Amino acid sequence: MSRPLKIANACAFWGDQPDAAARLVAADPSIDFLTLDYLAEVSLSIMAIQRAKDPAAGYARDFVDVVRSLVPFYHSGGKAKIVTNAGGLDPGACAHACGEVLRAAKLPQLKLAVVTGDDVLPALQDQPAAFANLETAASLVPVADRLVTANAYLGAAAIAEALRAGADIVITGRVADPSLTVGPCLAHFGWDSTDYDRIAGATVAGHLIECGTQVCGGFSTDWLEVPTPSDVGFPIAEISADGSCVITKPARTGGAVTMQTVKEQLLYEIGDPGNYLSPDATVSFLTLSVDQVAENRVRVFGATGRAPPSGYKVSATYRDGFKAHGQLTIFGHDAVKKARRAGNALLHRLHAVGCVYRETSIECLGTGASVRGIASRVSEAQLIETVLRVSVAADTNEPVERFARAIAPLVTSGPQGVTGYATGRPKVFPIFGYWPCLIERAQVKPAWRLVA
Amino acid sequence: MIPLREIAFARSGDKGDSANVAVFARTPADYAWLREQLTGARVEDYFRPLGVGAVVRYEVPNLAALNFVLPHILGGGGSRSLRIDAQGKTLGMALLELPIDAPKK
Repeated sequence: MSRPLKIANACAFWGDQPDAAARLVAADPSIDFLTLDYLAEVSLSIMAIQRAKDPAAGYARDFVDVVRSLVPFYHSGGKAKIVTNAGGLDPGACAHACGEVLRAAKLPQLKLAVVTGDDVLPALQDQPAAFANLETAASLVPVADRLVTANAYLGAAAIAEALRAGADIVITGRVADPSLTVGPCLAHFGWDSTDYDRIAGATVAGHLIECGTQVCGGFSTDWLEVPTPSDVGFPIAEISADGSCVITKPARTGGAVTMQTVKEQLLYEIGDPGNYLSPDATVSFLTLSVDQVAENRVRVFGATGRAPPSGYKVSATYRDGFKAHGQLTIFGHDAVKKARRAGNALLHRLHAVGCVYRETSIECLGTGASVRGIASRVSEAQLIETVLRVSVAADTNEPVERFARAIAPLVTSGPQGVTGYATGRPKVFPIFGYWPCLIERAQVKPAWRLVA
Repeated sequence: MIPLREIAFARSGDKGDSANVAVFARTPADYAWLREQLTGARVEDYFRPLGVGAVVRYEVPNLAALNFVLPHILGGGGSRSLRIDAQGKTLGMALLELPIDAPKK
């Protein structure tokens, strides 16, 4: 009976705490694998823009810094392997940059591998009629010429093969988030690709840790009771050969791993809990149990799986205009009334000079604007302060740029008590439409290779 | 009437232009009460000001939870939405403010 495989998550999103990986392995050198997730739904489109300016920048460069931060750990004999989707649009370039760091650090024995084959943009461009939107059933044809990225969520198989071939660091593009965890389990336990219950267990473990500190008390309903919020621990899943796991965190870190934090994360971003779709298995969360076995140790067991869907899910993005948000703080009596009047005046003036927007919005933060019309405890007339947030979206850049220049003049033409304008003009962002769709497995060729 | 948060905790997340809110009873007895009181129609009605579509409710008895899928509630979602909360981060907290009848003792 082999000991459980210890898989930790050290990055939940592109921009997460850069020192998490080094701190995890310092706190617990027996961690077998670190997983780092950099890719949200539209992250790849941001990488596409980065790459347009610099062809070598189609991946999450933050990960190269993570590798650099682990050099002392590896010099001292550390063994933890890494699986990450930091490769984004260009896993090869990411691996090359990491290889340079390792060579310069005299760690040439660490083997890098890349997983590729997720890029299916040509298939969507060639046959847009075959890729209807999974959410709306709309046809891709009208937006096909504006596609920026299209990537299939690959599964764990190629990751596992790279690990079996001796890779220490596996860099992928788009893969399903839990597959970063399932891959090491397949390689370590030697599960068959049809061991669906075990794979379901590992998928649940991967799902639980993929959002980093969110399973250790971060984002929790009762956050005010979470201890030491300055240092919430990153999660470790100790996965057993039967696919069950214990979720925990390194000793002497803040946060907490409780029945509540684990249950909350289990259903985070979940649709039908009886049919969680991943490329490795279709998982039922309805059979699993959660048990607090010790302080900061929660056992999760009993997930069941069956064959995955016959196609891969694809996350595609397309250019869809521009937007900007501007904010000003308004203080004083009737603050909300003044803020709305100022926001309307701003948009009125822009319309008057010919700016055309397809959508605008005026929000008064502090009034319950995050869920406007639903939950508010205080009447607007009682608020002495609000943050005015005005937003516009347009098909072209020009009217959005005009908007960005028109915010600051409200300081002198708006009500008395306007402040909070020192951060400069709002930034104009490109909008990327999100296009989820399905692709047949036969059209996707996952591949892996060791990188010299 | 009491706010839902007195007997439940919650978490919300996004998927494109849709979101989900999972609501967890704090005790087994309260789960039975939630199942009865917190219908999909009631949640849909509550979130109507945000333009939500037809709400689907899933029961998760092993976690004493109800999972609500809220279509088209994010004003376009992710990169497109102009709202301060484009990713539904606040929807769990919002639902916990829902007034419901206190469970019978």
